Amino acid sequence: MSLTTRVAGWRARAAATLRRPLVREGALEAVPMAFGVAAWGVVAGVAMAKSGMGVPLAVFMSLAVYAGSAQIASLPLIAAGAPVWVVWATTLCVSLRFMAFSYHYRPFFMHLPRGKRMALSFLMGDTNFALFMRRYDKPEPGQPYEEYFLGSSLITFGVWQASIITGIVAGAGIPASWGLGFAGTMALLALTCTQLRSPITWVAAVVAACAAVAAYALPLKLNILVAIAAAIAIGALADRLPAFPKGRA
Amino acid sequence: MSQLEIFVTTIGMALITLLCRAFFLVPKDDLPMPAWLREGLRYAPIAALSAVVAPELVLTQGALTTWHDARIFGALAGLAYYAWRQSLFGTIVCGTGVMLALRFGVGW
Repeated sequence: MSLTTRVAGWRARAAATLRRPLVREGALEAVPMAFGVAAWGVVAGVAMAKSGMGVPLAVFMSLAVYAGSAQIASLPLIAAGAPVWVVWATTLCVSLRFMAFSYHYRPFFMHLPRGKRMALSFLMGDTNFALFMRRYDKPEPGQPYEEYFLGSSLITFGVWQASIITGIVAGAGIPASWGLGFAGTMALLALTCTQLRSPITWVAAVVAACAAVAAYALPLKLNILVAIAAAIAIGALADRLPAFPKGRA
Repeated sequence: MSQLEIFVTTIGMALITLLCRAFFLVPKDDLPMPAWLREGLRYAPIAALSAVVAPELVLTQGALTTWHDARIFGALAGLAYYAWRQSLFGTIVCGTGVMLALRFGVGW
């Protein structure tokens, strides 16, 4: 097969995918969040520009890592010349929540071949996880869940990369007082609200918030890990207490 | 760090985040896990989101902020809006708007 026919085939397949109703639905539901994502992306980009690593490396990092929290957490460490293992350990602590996400996605994606599951993993993020779990309660056989996921995560990926690269290039031209970062925090707050489905989830959220603040002084962003562990413990305990009505988290 | 060191560090970061994201999607069979952890893991995503948000709202340079901080009232306004309308976009706009109004209007 010649290269042109192959490219034409890919283009036809991509166009057909984008016309699927679930891809469109996922994309449309990701649009309101795109404003928060974009604001946060610009802030992350500005932070990367100010770290002095240079535009090419900053762009490479945002494309390859695609995890805002891990990138921002690593910047001061890289700038201070911290040992590489410290940067990696911090990345691991901040990224452990993705592990929880992948645990929840598993029943929705196991009908796909492994290569596709890996490819979808790369696109996982806070925004599309919360949107996905708001849309789908529990997996039913034969549903193309990956289409909704793809629609919502491709919008998020595109908006995030465009805004972070804008931030990296515009750099110090964007003052911190605009409160752009706060819009990103508000987006995450709204997403947190979508996950409050039962009394125990409220308890878990409050416990995690308090633990993350109380343990903030820990190195390597271990406070996130402490907060998740505390919430898992409280959640597992509360599930066994008769006082709490049972509900899906 | 030199440019090469940053490059290598970045490759490692990319692998670590991808490994975390794919962790439960790669194996063919379910990983064995005690029942309490299976139950508790249901609360891990909301805990993670809340753990990322909370310090952003109440800490300044690692210390607790005072009550007249524009961020706290912005967050409360956002929460109130979400309770009223369940709109994600409205929550972002309302919360950020109140925060900016207090910061530039009142000077908090």
